[in-house]
Amino acid sequence: MSAASNDTPLLRLRGISKSFGAVQALTDVDLDVRAGEVTALLGDNGAGKSVLIKTVAGIHSPDHGEIEWEGKPVRVRTPRDAAALGIETVYQDLALCNNLDIVENMFLGRERTKGFVLDEEQMETAAQETLSSLAVTTVRSIRQPVASLSGGQRQSVAIAKSVLWNAKLVIMDEPTAALGVAQTRMVLDLVRRLADRGHAALIISHNMNDVFEVADRLAVLYLGKMVAVRPASEMDRQIAVDLMTTGASSRQSAAAQNGEGG
Amino acid sequence: MSTVDEPVGPEIPPEELSEEAARKAELAVPASLVAGSASEYLRSSLTRIRAGEAGVLPVIGGLIVVSILFQSLNSHFLTAQNLVNLLIQAAVFALLGMGEVFVLLLGEIDLSIGYVAGMGAVIMADAAGPAHGWPWYAAIALALLACAGIGLIQGLIITQIGLPSFVVTLAGLLFWQGVMLKILGNGGTIPINDTVINDIASNNLSNAASWVVMVVIVGAFAVLAWRRDAKRRAAGLVAPPPTITLLKIAIAAAAGVGLVILCTVNRGIIEPISGVPWVVLLVLGVLGAWSFLLGRMQVGRYVYAIGGSAEAARRAGINVSAIRTLAFTLTGLTAGIAGIVYASRLRSISTTLDGGTLVLYAVAAAVIGGTSLMGGRGQALHGVLGGIVIAAIYNGMGLMGYGAPAQYMVTALVLLAAVTIDATTHRGRTTT
Repeated sequence: MSAASNDTPLLRLRGISKSFGAVQALTDVDLDVRAGEVTALLGDNGAGKSVLIKTVAGIHSPDHGEIEWEGKPVRVRTPRDAAALGIETVYQDLALCNNLDIVENMFLGRERTKGFVLDEEQMETAAQETLSSLAVTTVRSIRQPVASLSGGQRQSVAIAKSVLWNAKLVIMDEPTAALGVAQTRMVLDLVRRLADRGHAALIISHNMNDVFEVADRLAVLYLGKMVAVRPASEMDRQIAVDLMTTGASSRQSAAAQNGEGG
Repeated sequence: MSTVDEPVGPEIPPEELSEEAARKAELAVPASLVAGSASEYLRSSLTRIRAGEAGVLPVIGGLIVVSILFQSLNSHFLTAQNLVNLLIQAAVFALLGMGEVFVLLLGEIDLSIGYVAGMGAVIMADAAGPAHGWPWYAAIALALLACAGIGLIQGLIITQIGLPSFVVTLAGLLFWQGVMLKILGNGGTIPINDTVINDIASNNLSNAASWVVMVVIVGAFAVLAWRRDAKRRAAGLVAPPPTITLLKIAIAAAAGVGLVILCTVNRGIIEPISGVPWVVLLVLGVLGAWSFLLGRMQVGRYVYAIGGSAEAARRAGINVSAIRTLAFTLTGLTAGIAGIVYASRLRSISTTLDGGTLVLYAVAAAVIGGTSLMGGRGQALHGVLGGIVIAAIYNGMGLMGYGAPAQYMVTALVLLAAVTIDATTHRGRTTT
């Protein structure tokens, strides 16, 4: 694994709290996200995973706590602030326009122009370069409408879009939900490549197989509190499930017990 | 663990290899992007046509069928005189249709444009008339400004208050009809005496000028088309083979020559009349401008994006309200141009203007041409082609002595056929 363990994490959250009226969604959450690593955020429904990533993405602002980006304290008030820092979020199914082609989608909202006219050649070349650098090569033509792509291809295009925009941190909410086996494989490979290229990836997933396959580090939320942040090698499925459902686990990891499976 | 330079072959998931998926992929890619040679290009195009991805071919096919039908019933239909007359009749429908395309692309509708066109006509006629005596250009500018303003107001009500466009523009239909009738007053008619305004719909370029203008337009198209494809080839992007580019230019040249030959035949009865009508050039100019805006500019791209998924567009940082408001403004402006042509043709404007029927023809023109009612798919060209179909029915039925009742019924059937083609060929095209 590419354990690019720099001293300062790319993103550092300290004491993040957020409440919606009487509901305390997040309590004093700490989390470090490092470049070159895939960090998986686990938690049962309502544990606060989505609130946490929306806080980082600039959709919610925290009531208390600090966000540090590359070692410096920052405020992320809007999605635009997040994008300016290099944080891109890949939303499930909401990121692409079906009637536009791949190039048009990847540049949507940030088109390159020459005077009044769209610079199609430049955009197409850049999109092509990004897709092939990520080995997203199953699409027949990057000028085909997104409607004609498979779920995995669409997700790949959405992820490639964030890379095109020089995202340092790519946040993905359930990137493999509703995908078949082969397509899940395609997306997980892409997530892995993203980290290997030095990006930080933060994914939410309910699928333990996916998580243990791709993540370097696991962070478990339980009722709005961060109950564990550990390297994936120090966890197994059973411990993760214990932490997600009860907030604690008395088990030893399988690795520590020399390979007794979970 | 995978790395960047891993061979890419094994990554194709099995479902991509299924025949169904292969067929779908074939359809989704425009022929110009996958073909290396002319024959490959034609084969790829044929596959798409067979599967219903025929672009403007159904409406052109429909036009040919309608022409053969009317010609067999009345040999006057395909005379130069009648065809040029038909093009002039089509101008108002085509302009209104192009206006409607902007809002249909967003998945919205504008029911007010018939009477917005009426507003344009009365404002121009009143300003240029004896009461105010404005010069023609000032009167036209005022009318267009007013129509764009009406579109802007309706767009702001729709986007800022968040009301459905159907209801807001239905209110607009009633309101602007009222205002129009109020301006027309008791007399009910404002005559137009300005020669320039009347010439828009009734004067022609000279034969020589017709040829010169045609050569300039086709030449410009040829240079642009060739440069565009050459640039793609130079950038190493997939581009249609040069023979196809030349073929496209040849088709455009043939269409241009055909149109000018048609228009330069003497069609006068008492005194000789010939040449390309001004109004045909006007429609082509508006078509060129709106096609450029929708196809080559950022705002156009955003109109398509919002029609495809407003939520995705919003998340991409697009100011959705501003673009929607702009689309309604452009619809109003285009309706204003249609109103001016309408008044110019009648050399007056009166309470007989039926904006209710006009707006239905406008929606019908866009949809018959191939624009989807669901948003996200359509072109300015669709409004023009659909407008010509409606004019052909109107004209042909008129030649045969059928009145409005039969014309309405036949237009309705054509509209129904167009919507059926749209719904059946595009059903199941989306994989989600």
